[in-house]
Parts: sequence; C-alpha cells; structure tokens
Amino acid sequence: MTDLFIPLIVFLIIIYGYLKKINVYDSFVVGASEGFSIVKGMFPSLLAMILAVNIFKNSGVIDFLFNFLKPLFLFLKIPFEVLPIAIMRPLSGSFGLALLNNIYGIYGPDSFISILSSVIQGSSDTTIYIITLYFGSVGIKKIKYALWVGLLADLFMVIMSLIVVPILF
Amino acid sequence: MINKLWIFLIITGSIYLISSGNFNVLNREILNSGKVTFDLIIQIFPLISLWLGIMNIAKESGLLSKLSRKIEPFLIRLFPEIPKGHEAFGYISSNIIANIFGLGNAATPFGIKAMKSLQNLNGEKDVASRSMITFLVMNTCGFTLIPTTIISLRMLHNSDRPSSIILPCIIVSFFSLLFGLMIDRLWAKK
Repeated sequence: MTDLFIPLIVFLIIIYGYLKKINVYDSFVVGASEGFSIVKGMFPSLLAMILAVNIFKNSGVIDFLFNFLKPLFLFLKIPFEVLPIAIMRPLSGSFGLALLNNIYGIYGPDSFISILSSVIQGSSDTTIYIITLYFGSVGIKKIKYALWVGLLADLFMVIMSLIVVPILF
Repeated sequence: MINKLWIFLIITGSIYLISSGNFNVLNREILNSGKVTFDLIIQIFPLISLWLGIMNIAKESGLLSKLSRKIEPFLIRLFPEIPKGHEAFGYISSNIIANIFGLGNAATPFGIKAMKSLQNLNGEKDVASRSMITFLVMNTCGFTLIPTTIISLRMLHNSDRPSSIILPCIIVSFFSLLFGLMIDRLWAKK
C-alpha cells in the first residue's frame, strides 16, 4: 500500500501545479537546485557524528556493559536481548535493523522477544541523527535542551513498550 | 551537549578498543567514517533534490499554504513563536504528514525546509530556538502509522502476521510523542 503513496503524491502535486497554470518544469528545477547547498551544509556535522557512533558501536563496549546489566534485567524479568536495540535506537537506525534481523533469525519473527524488539525499533526514530542533521543544516551550534528531551522521550518509549507489548501479546 | 556526547562516544569506544588490543578496529573505523558519511550523502543527495523540486511545485501552486491552513490551528498551540500564516507551518505540516505515512525519505527535505524557515525567525543564528526544539522532538519521537521497514523485514522472515506490530507501535509512539512534547514545554518554561 505504501508503494502507492509516493507516486500518488508526486502525481497529485504535479497535476495540481499544472491546473493552477504554473510552469511546473521550471518550478521543479528551481527547487531541486537547492539540494546541493543543503547536502553540503549537512556533511561536516554528519561526518563528526558517524565517526563517533561507529567507534562506539563497533568497539564491543556495548557487550561489555551487558554483562553488568544482565542480572538487573533477569531480576526485572525483561528479556535482555532487547537491550542493545534499546540503547542503539537513538544512535543508528541501520544497526538496530541488523540486530532485529538477527533476533528474527534466532527466535522467529512472531515470538515475544521479536515483537518487543520490533516495537522498540519501530516506535522511535534515530534521535542523534535527526538532531545532528537538522541543526547542522541551518548551522545551529547551541542546541540547548533538545538532546535531553529527545533521549528522555526515547527512554519513556522503551518503558512504554515493556508495558504495552505484554498487555497486547 | 552534542559536544559532551561526542567526546563520550569516542573516548569510551577508543579506551575499550585500546584496552582490549583491537587497534586495527579503531584504525579502520577512523579511516572508514569518511567513506560511510560520503556514501550516505551520495544516497541522500538525489532524493533531497528530487523532493525539493516536487515541494517547490507544491509551494508555488499554493498547495502547501492550502494544506498548512488546515493543520495550522493545531500547530499554533505548539509553536506560539511562529506568526500566523507563516510558510514554516506549511513545511512543518508536510513533514508531519510524510512521517505519519512512513515516508522517511520525503520527510527529511520537508524538515530541512522547516528548519530553514524557523532559522529566518530566529534571533540568535547559532542558538536553537524554542520552535526548532519542539519541531525536532516531534521528529525524534518518530510517530508513524506504518513502520514500513520493519514490516518488510518481518515479511522477509515469513512472519504469520507481519503487520501485528502496527497497533503497539502506534500506541507506544503516540504516548512517547505526548511525553516528549510535555517535557519540552516544561523545559522551555524553565
């Protein structure tokens, strides 16, 4: 169904423009020419963040942290397989998907652990990436409390998932 | 804040790698990050340009302002700093709509345009405005009706009910959006 959305939106916008008698071709070209300057503005801050995130996520420090947190998770009866997804969710979207793929392979896509992991992955976005990208694109250096609010909402999202999924499944 | 996070990620990762003797991993990650970023930019560049083009048609034809007039009454409470009828509402609405339908690729350029017009209203050009933070919180909470990528991954693994995660995702992301907007409000008032 979602495959239809994009062509439909593009089609409707172009037809609407044509009916309103604007030069849709010129309008498209003028808009698209802005792309380069936007991408150029994003590059430095994105590079900085990808460098840091990649060092962190491939260092193995997450596995190291697990061994400390494992008893706590067992005590709270939370499957600790969801911890890496929960921690990496704000940092990297593709890393979470790779972990999810792994969990589906081990437990099957309809198991409780898989559903819980999917909900954690699907109910939030890559907070750090969005903040870096959007603030970077307009040259904001002081982001005030933005990151705190984003990360607190992510933490709340994980807690909500732990409550909602057991109720529904 | 980003500064501290950056230092934290690099220092913890590096110290762990050095103490476990994995110099080559550290070396590889440092040298690779340029290529990874460049590949991402190369993938995102044509998509951004494409949507900026389409969006410009929507803007010049008046579709964008028509759309934003419909959603503006709801947004005006969240963004008291934006003057009535300002183009920022059009971009914010488009970004929200694209996100709700799971069109991440389309949402990003709308979001960047929204940030640009919020920057025009911003007094201090290197400090985030209150509206910008509210707008970003709406994005980072990732409220969506259709988590497209995960559903396709579930189909790939032959799930019996690939769409069974839609309802819990809507409930959870809706509440985390409400929570995010609430603490954003509280923080802004401090």
